Amino acid sequence: MALLDVKNLTVDFNTDQGVVHAVRDISFSVGESEAVGIVGESGSGKSVTMYSVMGLLASNGGIKEGSVVFNGKEITEKSYPSHKAYEAQMSAIRGNEMAMIFQDPMTFLNPVVKIGKQITEVIKNHNKVSDGEAKERAVTLMGQVGIPSPGERFNQYPHEFSGGMRQRIIIAMALANSPKLIIADEPTTALDVTIQAQVLELIKEMKDQLNSSVIMITHDLGVVASVCDRIIIMYGGKIVEEGDTREIFYEPRHPYTMGLLRCVHNPEKKEKLTPIPGSPPDLLKPPAGCPFVDRCSEAMRICKTQMPPASRYSKTHTCSCWLEEARRRKEENHG
Amino acid sequence: MAETLAWEGRGETPLLSVNHVKTYFDVTKGLFSKKQIVKAVDDVSFSIGEGETYGLVGESGCGKSTLGRTLVQIYPVTEGKIFYKGRDIDTLKKADRKEFTREVQMIFQDPYASLNPRMTVGEIIKEPMEIHKILDSSEQREERAAELLKLVGLKPDHIRRYPHEFSGGQRQRISIARTMALNPRFIICDEPISALDVSIQAQIINLLKEIQDETGISYLFVAHDLSMVNYISDRIGVMYLGHLVEEGKADDVYSNPIHPYTKALLSAIPIPDPDVARERKRIQLEGELPTPLNPPAGCPFKGRCPVATEECGKNRPELKDYGGHKAACFHV
Repeated sequence: MALLDVKNLTVDFNTDQGVVHAVRDISFSVGESEAVGIVGESGSGKSVTMYSVMGLLASNGGIKEGSVVFNGKEITEKSYPSHKAYEAQMSAIRGNEMAMIFQDPMTFLNPVVKIGKQITEVIKNHNKVSDGEAKERAVTLMGQVGIPSPGERFNQYPHEFSGGMRQRIIIAMALANSPKLIIADEPTTALDVTIQAQVLELIKEMKDQLNSSVIMITHDLGVVASVCDRIIIMYGGKIVEEGDTREIFYEPRHPYTMGLLRCVHNPEKKEKLTPIPGSPPDLLKPPAGCPFVDRCSEAMRICKTQMPPASRYSKTHTCSCWLEEARRRKEENHG
Repeated sequence: MAETLAWEGRGETPLLSVNHVKTYFDVTKGLFSKKQIVKAVDDVSFSIGEGETYGLVGESGCGKSTLGRTLVQIYPVTEGKIFYKGRDIDTLKKADRKEFTREVQMIFQDPYASLNPRMTVGEIIKEPMEIHKILDSSEQREERAAELLKLVGLKPDHIRRYPHEFSGGQRQRISIARTMALNPRFIICDEPISALDVSIQAQIINLLKEIQDETGISYLFVAHDLSMVNYISDRIGVMYLGHLVEEGKADDVYSNPIHPYTKALLSAIPIPDPDVARERKRIQLEGELPTPLNPPAGCPFKGRCPVATEECGKNRPELKDYGGHKAACFHV
């Protein structure tokens, strides 16, 4: 059974300009000890999807439809009798079975609380341990994530740490209770390349050690290539393609995925960059058909009016595109 | 003229040359404390030719942006000289200074912070023309602004809109249009794409390349992303802790890096190809960039260097020439 199962998730936000349909009817699942990358550009709905799974949506947003099952439990608010009951359940899960690593460590850490206290808080919230035991565990964790002389740095404040070290602290906090699922939202975007490589390596190591599942939210295909087993491509609030990492990189089906691969420079090959023209759709008025239609060079009339169904190519590989659907039907008729 | 520099870039003589430039900041706190100096740029020399793109890379805090800003005199030079068209920019006379400030422009990283939200796109693009008295009437400038918008891939009727109506990529196009309004010869691009989405980054890079092909303009392209820098640059300089540690033709630096820091930097680039990415051996650098407040004696990289020896702690390696490809390291 899958560890996380998201079905027909739809998330809306009320804004001054109207209702933003940030995530529109998406379904996916994440297995035990699997690393899944959710790739998309800003506004594609990738972060909103995971925030709604965690129950961390801003107050003007909410899950309109759909279900989220984590570790066999339904965790959408509507399946709880009251908001209080829901919050109690989520507080027990968050930081414990499900942990999150955020993009910007400085906004996540409290600047006026010592690092050590912030880590022990996470431990003590979910376990009945003494102060001494919590401290011991925190220092071990800090050592594990590569903080030099953790005993001394336990009593320092966030500003005394560099960006890479702060991200290591965030990872230590995420791992404090050996979570089943780690959600990492652009964990390396704010870091320098050499530090990014260190942090990615650390996430991989920790995942293997704890046997946890990882969901990596990113816009960087280079990051998912080395870390993830499976990749979900999101665009305009929809999942447009999904497959294992090699399928996405070597046999991409969706024009957006192909475009994305053509506009990242692969230094191993000397190819000209081909940008995707235009910009993403406005989700205040989401397109009726395929969200990519306005930027797609091969768009047909039907693409404007109807969302294509997901065509399946292998056990893991699906893609929602009318071109592919047409090709698949043709193949079926011939063979 | 910069006498010590042998010139091997494009064109007869360099358009801009930087000669042993140092940019220091005094960060002493209080009246009686010990003097504290941040050596952001410490003795850097390089030149850029006509129509050339020079990529300057390094991690945050290495001094690459400070150097870019020193070139347009946002920060004063502490020591050393900068020559533009063979003339020292510190001693330019009034008319020459006007020409320098018109011909040398800058594009910034954050397209949200670098456009005035209270001005329309037309006003934003026209302002530099008004300051430099380019074209005679407001109508002509307006016409030119519309042309420029077309040049950067926006619509002429966007002229009456405000910056908040545009996406990040479109805003970066507006800043490019504003820059181009002055017909510059040299643009300093300070991480112009790092705030943008991947699919938009390529649009901006290709736009910059097109403009260069048409106008023969030169770029100093400051970035931390080596793969994009390799794509757009003719030559690359690698900075570490205020020093230039390697310099050469883009392909040479990329395929045959000499300095251990460049090697590590290259091996850390995430490659969008799972098979290659998983087979590749990464040179893991220990630790992080030391602070330029108390830079170590000797080689700036020695604390993180996998091949450092005793010698590296004593003397600072000079940038040595290995057939057009330079590096500052004792262990070549």
